[in-house]
Amino acid sequence: MMGYAAIIAARFRALLQYRAAALGGLFTQIFFGLVRIMILRAFYAASSHAPISLANVTGYVWLGQATLLLLPWRADEDVAEQIRTGTVVYELTRPLDLWGSWFARSLAWRTAPVFLRMLPMFVIAMVVVPLVAPGWELAPPPSVASFVMWVACFAGAVILSAALTALINVTMMWTIAGDGMPMMIGTLATMFGGLVIPLPLFPDWLKPVLYALPFAGILDLPSRVFTGDIAATQAVLVVADQLAWALVLALVGRWLLARGLRRLVVQGG
Amino acid sequence: MRDALALYGRYVAISLRSQLVYRATFMMMTVGHLLVTAIEFFGIWALFSRFGTLGGWSLREVALIYGVADIAFAIADATGRGFNKFDRILKAGDFDRMLLRPRSPVLQLLGYELQLLRIGRLSQGIVVLAWAGSALAWTPATAALLLASILGTTCAFLGLVILQATSAFWTIESLEVWNAFTYGGNYAMQYPMAIYQRWFQRFFTVIIPLALTGYYPARAILGRDAIGAIHVLGPLAGVAFLAVALGVFRIGVRHHASTGT
Repeated sequence: MMGYAAIIAARFRALLQYRAAALGGLFTQIFFGLVRIMILRAFYAASSHAPISLANVTGYVWLGQATLLLLPWRADEDVAEQIRTGTVVYELTRPLDLWGSWFARSLAWRTAPVFLRMLPMFVIAMVVVPLVAPGWELAPPPSVASFVMWVACFAGAVILSAALTALINVTMMWTIAGDGMPMMIGTLATMFGGLVIPLPLFPDWLKPVLYALPFAGILDLPSRVFTGDIAATQAVLVVADQLAWALVLALVGRWLLARGLRRLVVQGG
Repeated sequence: MRDALALYGRYVAISLRSQLVYRATFMMMTVGHLLVTAIEFFGIWALFSRFGTLGGWSLREVALIYGVADIAFAIADATGRGFNKFDRILKAGDFDRMLLRPRSPVLQLLGYELQLLRIGRLSQGIVVLAWAGSALAWTPATAALLLASILGTTCAFLGLVILQATSAFWTIESLEVWNAFTYGGNYAMQYPMAIYQRWFQRFFTVIIPLALTGYYPARAILGRDAIGAIHVLGPLAGVAFLAVALGVFRIGVRHHASTGT
């Protein structure tokens, strides 16, 4: 256990170095957030019966922008390099489980950059925006219970996202040269996680499918707990859903990794 | 000029050949990229299926605007790859080698790589545009305007990519801030300008002329406006923007002191 904790701590320190990138990213995320809200406001102007209120959908967009680095866009570059060059075999000599150490790396990768961007984003969306453009802000959660449950759901989202990232790492043992697989998963997670279009606004016949997928647990469900679109009492189900999916993805990842290692051929030289 | 074009042709041929070496990977990446962009338009369709209209604009009208923005961005992104990677080229000291050659660095950067992968976004944009255009009554004037709009928007996006690269002369790292204007600009231009706030419209008209190159010509093509000066001259603003960007790049080259690698 100490070994995994050390991996997480080291990754955290390395990732917190990229403060300038975070500042640039923050500007870009605010820009995208504003454009998304403008588009949604224009759509909402035509209709009074949307399945989620304008205030909640605005908050949803800001929360998505604040936590978008939870989405597994791409594979872990370092692991990809290890698999490409074959140095991944060194990892096997360590007294740590390979999947476990990938999962630990991913946990840090999914939290450190998110924290760097989330906190300033919250200040801007909750304090600055209401001063400049009232009605465009991220409103505080409706109750303390909602906030507490959101924290729990956020933790669930981190675990779920790390499990998905570890699984993406495993798939690279088969596709080596291409980023094809990570790209596909990243795309699906972006669209069906609710970053571009809030999931409640998708056609009703598609929603059962979207909410049956693991991606909804990363951005959509936690955001809706925060805004009160999902009641605090229902939020326990969200956490259960996230952990269940994380478990399934972990089992699939471990199984695939075991199979991959069995056919692994180490080149000499 | 003809000489430069021939050299660019050689650059492109070499770049294409190298990208096609790993054929299976290339196919998978292209299909993946096509899927990425197809899903994007699916999202717009989903919003229309729920709300019906976007401030009086129909899905087919938005599709025309979307198609132009995506085709132009795909071309600019594919040809501007050298500028996109410019911070890495600069850091590795490769730019110094380019300066030593008896050719313009702009030409060499344009020929650095023609990214074939962008064919995914390009073909998706063409399909969407074709679907949007099939419902319109075309005249030679509107067809010419469409072509001018695509070219003008491509120039404007290319100008943005060049400005992003130019900033690396001062900061070495390419700044992520520019992504707001390149990717963010592409994203915003997929919808009619009219739905945005005034300050936002002004910004994309006066500072970055993407509304002039895309939105106004589209209004005329869709028959919302009679063709006037702003529609005909609009795409030229993209060319002017590219010229300014190239001018700034030249200032950057003069300011350039090698990283010393």
